[in-house]
Amino acid sequence: MRFERREHRPLYLLIVAPVLAVIAALALSGILIAIAGAPVLDAYWRILTGAFGSRLSATETLTRATPLMLTGLAAAVAFRARLWNIGAEGQFYLGAIAVAAASAKVLGDLPAPILIPLLLLVGAIAGMVLILIPLWLRLRFSVDEVVTSLLMNFVALLFVSMLIDGVLKDPLAFGWPQSQSISDHAMLPKLIARSRLHIGLVIAVALAVIVHLMQSRTVFGLQSRAAGLNPSGAVFAGVPLGKTLMKVACLSGGLAGLAGAIEVMGVKGYVTTDLSPGFGYAGIVVAMLANLNPLGVVLAAIFTATMFVGADGMSRGLGIPTYIADVTVALSLLTMLIALFFTQYRIRR
Amino acid sequence: MTLLFDIIASVGLWGAVLRIATPLIFGTLGALLCERAGVLNLGIEGIMTFGAMIGWLSVYHGADLWTGLLVAAIAGGVFGLLHSGLTVTLGLSQHVAGLGVTLFASSFSYYVFRLIVPTAGTPPTIVPFQPIAIPGLSTLPFIGPAFFTQTAPTYLAILIALMMAYILFRTPLGLAIRMTGENPHAAEAQGVNPMKVRYGAVIAGSALMGMGGAFLTLSAFNSFFPTMIQGRGWICIALVVFSSWRPGRALFGALLFAFFDAFQLRLQTVVEGVPYQMFLMTPYILSIVALAVMARRARVPQALMRPYRRGER
Repeated sequence: MRFERREHRPLYLLIVAPVLAVIAALALSGILIAIAGAPVLDAYWRILTGAFGSRLSATETLTRATPLMLTGLAAAVAFRARLWNIGAEGQFYLGAIAVAAASAKVLGDLPAPILIPLLLLVGAIAGMVLILIPLWLRLRFSVDEVVTSLLMNFVALLFVSMLIDGVLKDPLAFGWPQSQSISDHAMLPKLIARSRLHIGLVIAVALAVIVHLMQSRTVFGLQSRAAGLNPSGAVFAGVPLGKTLMKVACLSGGLAGLAGAIEVMGVKGYVTTDLSPGFGYAGIVVAMLANLNPLGVVLAAIFTATMFVGADGMSRGLGIPTYIADVTVALSLLTMLIALFFTQYRIRR
Repeated sequence: MTLLFDIIASVGLWGAVLRIATPLIFGTLGALLCERAGVLNLGIEGIMTFGAMIGWLSVYHGADLWTGLLVAAIAGGVFGLLHSGLTVTLGLSQHVAGLGVTLFASSFSYYVFRLIVPTAGTPPTIVPFQPIAIPGLSTLPFIGPAFFTQTAPTYLAILIALMMAYILFRTPLGLAIRMTGENPHAAEAQGVNPMKVRYGAVIAGSALMGMGGAFLTLSAFNSFFPTMIQGRGWICIALVVFSSWRPGRALFGALLFAFFDAFQLRLQTVVEGVPYQMFLMTPYILSIVALAVMARRARVPQALMRPYRRGER
């Protein structure tokens, strides 16, 4: 048995692959649910209804999907250029804390129409700054950015922890390490009244479309893809590799920072060290499930959010640990990798 | 200044160095073995988490400590099999596959742990490995408590480092592994099967990672809690670069790193006015600096991260 590269990559395979991958991941997690002694189909039904069964749960799922879309986009744009930015988690936190700091210390008194865009920009810039360190180390010392961007996540989280325990600490939080709340008028407007769903969702979807157009219609998109497919060939063809990677990194870090900013301004209003239940890492899965397609990211983020939100309710009902959602999401990354492989190769005896 | 000397002169510091270093020695050696055969194994963080969980769980359910360590090694090997299936047979991106293994192994660990130990206020504990004082040597001033009053797995880790150095550089097997990591086509021409070598190295390396994780729950601490690995796996990956892919230097690097870590832990308790998070950041920053300093000088295995397909260049 051996693998043979397909000459054509049929379109239907690219659509079928993620679907099959998700089904396989759900089947494998189903085994784990069965071992735990719970009825599998009932568990999945509860996950689905828990995520979309009511107006409240549906808006909650979309609220959860919003940061995932942005971290997913952050990973997708970077991976397309083979820039392995695994630091979205840290960039998310830095974006969040930058917004809290800017609102509490500097900009808080500005009127909302100026303040909100300004704060979003501050969050994005904070994310960019953080990714520039691994990028600089790669370009200057040829250090693998995977490990450095991963290690930066721990540094960033400790930095945030230091700030919310120090200069930015909310004196009214009964001693809990929690940042001061951002101004009321800095909160993003709600999309649907009496829910937590905010216009961050619109921003995220709009950005997915913009990134898609950028990648498919602009010189920068072509250059970033070339940098990923064949760096030396790209240089030979006149692509400025360093500059392209720099732009890709800024876009990626900016999106992750924006995710943090939007989560603070849309949902929480303040920063704690458990603001993100792993949005940065889940973003990697979202990007891979979407096969790095920006529009696919939107759907993949909704799937991931469905698992996370739905698993909460299912866990309460059936006593299965909520970690089953993380297991399913991680498994879907692995099954997706395998599915993608078979869109490129076929088995020959 | 006297403060610094007091810390350096304290027996506690030196005793802590090897204890902190042990999981890093296991992990770094494991990652080193994989990379010597040409496979980057970013599954390490998750594999260490799973090793910590399953080793602890086995002992909690009545197995003895050595069985717990063995179970962790076998579990690590199984994840190694998964990683080599993805990266060697299918030749997928080693970065993404490794991250996938880490995400899966760690969330699977938490799932199993929560299933068997439903929420409890304080996590249940086991009786961990006890320090063994080596007769004669342990009474030496300084060196005694530092190097000769450790738990058994620590001695095992040092022994494995020496063995790996010997195997890699003095035996035909080691030559086959190194050739596979440098030039699998040449290795195949010499009658070595690069696929088999990579499978073997990744499985064995992952087993060591599992043991490194288990050391934390079976010797350094006595219970398991989520996020206890705290990036140690990533630090091991950095230490492999720092060591230039040499087991002896990996041992040295882990000890050096552990010394700084033990030092900052003690500094935290005596220095006032500096937020403790600043100290906690140092290990990660140190790893990044070490990477930057060593990356240029290091001799990377030439076929690292290059999938091997017979007849395909």
